Amino acid sequence: MSLDVYLNVAVAGVLTGLVYGLMALGLSVIFGVVRIVNFAHGEMMSIAMYIAVVLFSTLHLDPLIMLVPIAAVMFVFGYVLQAGLINPFITRPEHSQFLLVVALAIIIVNALLIIFGPDARTVQTSYAYDSFELGPIIIDASKLYAAAAAIVVTAALFGFFRFTLLGKAIRACADNYTGALVVGLNVKHLYALTFAIGAACVGAAGTMMTLITDVTPALGPGYTLLAFVIVITGGLGSMPGALVGGVLIGLTEAIAGVLFTPSAKSMFAFGILVLVLLFRPQGILGRRLT
Amino acid sequence: MGRMMNRTVTGRNSMRFDRRSFVAGAAAGAAVLAAPAILRAQGSPLKVGVLLPRSGFEAGNGQECQRGIDIAPSILQSLGYPELSIMNGDTESSVDVARERAEKLISEGAQLLIGAFDSGQTTVIAQVAEQKGIPFVVNVAAASDITEQGYKFVFRSFPTAPMVLSDAFIIQKELFAITGITPKTVVYLHINDTFGTAMAKGIVAMMPKFDMPYTIVDEITYDPQARDLSVEVAKAKAANPDALIVTTRLNDSILMTRELIKQRWTPAAILSIGPGWVEDPYLKTLGKYSDGPMIFNPWADPNKKLTPILDAAIAKAYSGIGLNAYHVYSFEAMLTAADAFKRAGSADPKALAEAIRTTNITDNCSIGGGISFNAKGQNEKSRCGLFQNRGGKQVVLAPKAAANAKPEWPMTSYLSRG
Repeated sequence: MSLDVYLNVAVAGVLTGLVYGLMALGLSVIFGVVRIVNFAHGEMMSIAMYIAVVLFSTLHLDPLIMLVPIAAVMFVFGYVLQAGLINPFITRPEHSQFLLVVALAIIIVNALLIIFGPDARTVQTSYAYDSFELGPIIIDASKLYAAAAAIVVTAALFGFFRFTLLGKAIRACADNYTGALVVGLNVKHLYALTFAIGAACVGAAGTMMTLITDVTPALGPGYTLLAFVIVITGGLGSMPGALVGGVLIGLTEAIAGVLFTPSAKSMFAFGILVLVLLFRPQGILGRRLT
Repeated sequence: MGRMMNRTVTGRNSMRFDRRSFVAGAAAGAAVLAAPAILRAQGSPLKVGVLLPRSGFEAGNGQECQRGIDIAPSILQSLGYPELSIMNGDTESSVDVARERAEKLISEGAQLLIGAFDSGQTTVIAQVAEQKGIPFVVNVAAASDITEQGYKFVFRSFPTAPMVLSDAFIIQKELFAITGITPKTVVYLHINDTFGTAMAKGIVAMMPKFDMPYTIVDEITYDPQARDLSVEVAKAKAANPDALIVTTRLNDSILMTRELIKQRWTPAAILSIGPGWVEDPYLKTLGKYSDGPMIFNPWADPNKKLTPILDAAIAKAYSGIGLNAYHVYSFEAMLTAADAFKRAGSADPKALAEAIRTTNITDNCSIGGGISFNAKGQNEKSRCGLFQNRGGKQVVLAPKAAANAKPEWPMTSYLSRG
């Protein structure tokens, strides 16, 4: 098989991986600060995807334009969810937290099924079928726009956590919960804000994902699993790790699909996960816990 | 009261009337006492457990089948069949859940099972039905193994994978003769669920028998839950075949078409063995890009008198949804159940199974010679047709009796469709 095929597939894998990375970033942020493992992550992304689809089908609003408003809606959703439902479980045993978010995931999937039905919904933008030709490489326009937006959102998030007071306060909560309480930080509010930021990330990722794939209610659990593979590979709690993990998994799946058989590409993604757990349990960019 | 008493006690005729009344009444009473089960069975509806993937990744197809089930009772009653009571079970697109739901429906009183769209789920339901001695009428599932196990309670009207393939190969040769184009190389792209795998095995096994003029230069498989088919299409494109043969379901056929357009490749012909490319959502989602693929699939025969009735019922119940193979075969499973219940006169599982075994329905709606079952429980009369998408609708290319158009080959380039 010619080199062109590998190049084309690798580019597509990297672009998709960047959007995966943004999705996983939300999971990583939530776990890194709140220490809740959000098993409803993919399902929350499905909600954002459906919002994008409804806005497009009713008002013809392009997902790229609706990126920020949908992320804002998911921010509010995340805040309310954390403040109203998850915060009371923060001090409870992990299995209680697990059951809570798994129940939430099941409710979301079935609510979407009741509201929208099982059929795949899609966003048909004017550029849905466009592609750019760079020599032998054909680049999917939708994937390119989605990946570019993922990079911008991720950069904004890095900036927020590094340079703003609020971002620093959230990091302080993550580093030392008791210390944060002692210096007078409103930890519950900051937790809710963090969960909201994670939800906004997944909202942005979901909005862009509608450019790449169709949405069905059953999509959520698959994306939750994918997000876990990515953050564990990249490093649980590490923001750059999520993006690196996303690209690595996207690229691995793409190349494995060409070299071997596409039906086994997920196996290679899980293979990477197993290798990381064996040789670098904290993930590629994660910190080893002492 | 006085007049009645007078009539009963006076005159010879009156006496004779009373004796006859007594004999007739006694006979009727004896008949009632002798066959209480029959009367009770026909008085209460047959409890039909319907197992379909109404959620999970196959939910779209499961819901389509459900539509065919839901419109059936009223149509069947208008045709003089007894009442059927539907007990629904969602398999959640999972083999394990399918087994558990089958057992649950039987324990809750289901007297006959129908399902389950997916060959894997159908296989385990067949095991449960056989073990419990409850008749199971398969609506849609093509894996041939289901009716090759020697089961006594499992019946299928839907054609098996070898039957679909056999028809597909025969019609393909007709197609090559009509168009004057014979592909020498093909790539076979297929989903790797039970249905897709059964088709793939069948193609490999049956191609030499039919002496097909082409060779398969690459066989590419993908997962049913694939979210992106860019790699698969890139591999197929790299092989540069004369035609693309596919076995897909709905969502993957949409994803595949999008990738073909984005990767700027229009195969000379897309030959689909199985559904996906022929379904309503495919046509609606892709619009002008849905034109061109040719599909070998079981379908409704427009010339049978039940077909327009079914078509009208679907249109009335579900706005904007056209009749499809899932509706047809799910309805026919209900028709088979109602017909057997009527003839058996009983809901006893053994009597129902015996009645199904002797089914001979000619007034059905799918293509082929009607519904009857061989010793293995398979209807051998079911047939496939060949369709092509044009202008958002299907035209029938084969069989000849139902054809209303000639094939368009090669396909119009995706890039020149404006």
